[in-house]
Amino acid sequence: MTVAILALQGAFAEHGQMLDRLGVENFEIRQKRDLGRSFDALILPGGESTVMGKLLRELDLFDELRERIEKGLPVFGTCAGLILLAKDVEQGTPCFATMNLCARRNAYGRQLGSFHTDGVFAGDEKVPMTFIRAPYISKAGEDVEILAEVDGHIVAARQGNQLVTAFHPELDSDMQVYKYFMAMIEK
Amino acid sequence: MAENRYELNKQLAQMLKGGVIMDVTSPEQAKIAEAAGACAVMALERIPADIRAAGGVSRMSDPKMIKGIQEAVSIPVMAKCRIGHFVEAQVLEAIEIDYIDESEVLSPADDVYHIDKTQFAVPFVCGAKDLGEALRRISEGASMIRTKGEPGTGDVVQAVRHMRAMNAEIRRVQNLRKDELFDAAKNLQVPVDLLTYVHENGKLPVVNFAAGGVATPADAALMMQLGAEGVFVGSGIFKSGDPAKRAAAIVKAVTNFKDAKMIAELSTDLGEAMVGINEQEIELLMAERGK
Repeated sequence: MTVAILALQGAFAEHGQMLDRLGVENFEIRQKRDLGRSFDALILPGGESTVMGKLLRELDLFDELRERIEKGLPVFGTCAGLILLAKDVEQGTPCFATMNLCARRNAYGRQLGSFHTDGVFAGDEKVPMTFIRAPYISKAGEDVEILAEVDGHIVAARQGNQLVTAFHPELDSDMQVYKYFMAMIEK
Repeated sequence: MAENRYELNKQLAQMLKGGVIMDVTSPEQAKIAEAAGACAVMALERIPADIRAAGGVSRMSDPKMIKGIQEAVSIPVMAKCRIGHFVEAQVLEAIEIDYIDESEVLSPADDVYHIDKTQFAVPFVCGAKDLGEALRRISEGASMIRTKGEPGTGDVVQAVRHMRAMNAEIRRVQNLRKDELFDAAKNLQVPVDLLTYVHENGKLPVVNFAAGGVATPADAALMMQLGAEGVFVGSGIFKSGDPAKRAAAIVKAVTNFKDAKMIAELSTDLGEAMVGINEQEIELLMAERGK
């Protein structure tokens, strides 16, 4: 199994380190020719969604990645990655718009609103959750499965081949969310 | 400051990696920077080249101007306070800035003490010329480090010197025996626990950006190849002929910093670069402020 990590900007290296720990092969996508390598899944990391959205288009990655996601490529978006997948974005512009949900950008305010907590993920055990200038999901369509909520707001969800978290599992040492994604890929 | 808060502040810097932080002096410039792909903006009244030209005492910007920029963009907004001026830092925290740059670009307010940054909830980035300065700033609570390349000159030589010095010292510390770290910490004038982290991990415990004198896509890629995790661009953008185009080119050069073909394309037809001043031609070396 090989996982590609979008490496245009942000905390992509951290995802690579987590995949290394799981022994999962991974590589970075920085430009069009990287799409020539074969991969079974994609991670959209945290960072600035405005920067990634712009570079996806200017480096001509957008159309091909969107098509692959629509055709069922397993994809995992964290924070900014969640915003890239959301069909609607409050205080921002949609990018891939492949997931039937509405994301509220900077939902917790500026950096002073960033926080760390624990929460139940996918009806299982609690996982550490780190929110950095994070969004949350303000609305989710009927076909979207809600995987985690914090203070009444949706912070993790899945729709078919697409998984999103408003928090950053790549910044904590817990592997549960990655294992969930690996199970999605193997199906 | 809670331990948890410091972690969150280091983690915000991790989200900025691979990106370009641009100096802006107005909401209009901030919007141009955001549209060009800046991952954050630094709000200040005058860009370093103009601070250098104007001379006199340079201070924190008017909060009204910073708030205008906070309202204009959705990306993180940083602002500068003077070295040691903890009340300017308190003011910036009160208006919920995302990151404070305790900066040698402004006139130092204290020629002995830096701000005790552990007393703040908002994060700080500080400049460093070498490993000793970097670890001293981190021990004071900085959650991000940048080189102290000479601001407002368009001359990258000092940023290069600082990045090379820092990384050479990190390699040296990595190769020490564990029982040699105590003496090394004494010589570098840094806490031994931070030096032990560097010894074990081969890097600073926080994100390290390049800053000062970056004026072209090739300058930015040079700093990335030398080990910077992202780039600050100050005067280089809004003192150039076509700011929007140059800013966008620098952003792409930072993402694909090893692809010479792409950097060649990005360097083409950018209009005039900022004029620049050579290191030998300037009277005031800002990097010598605060050590």
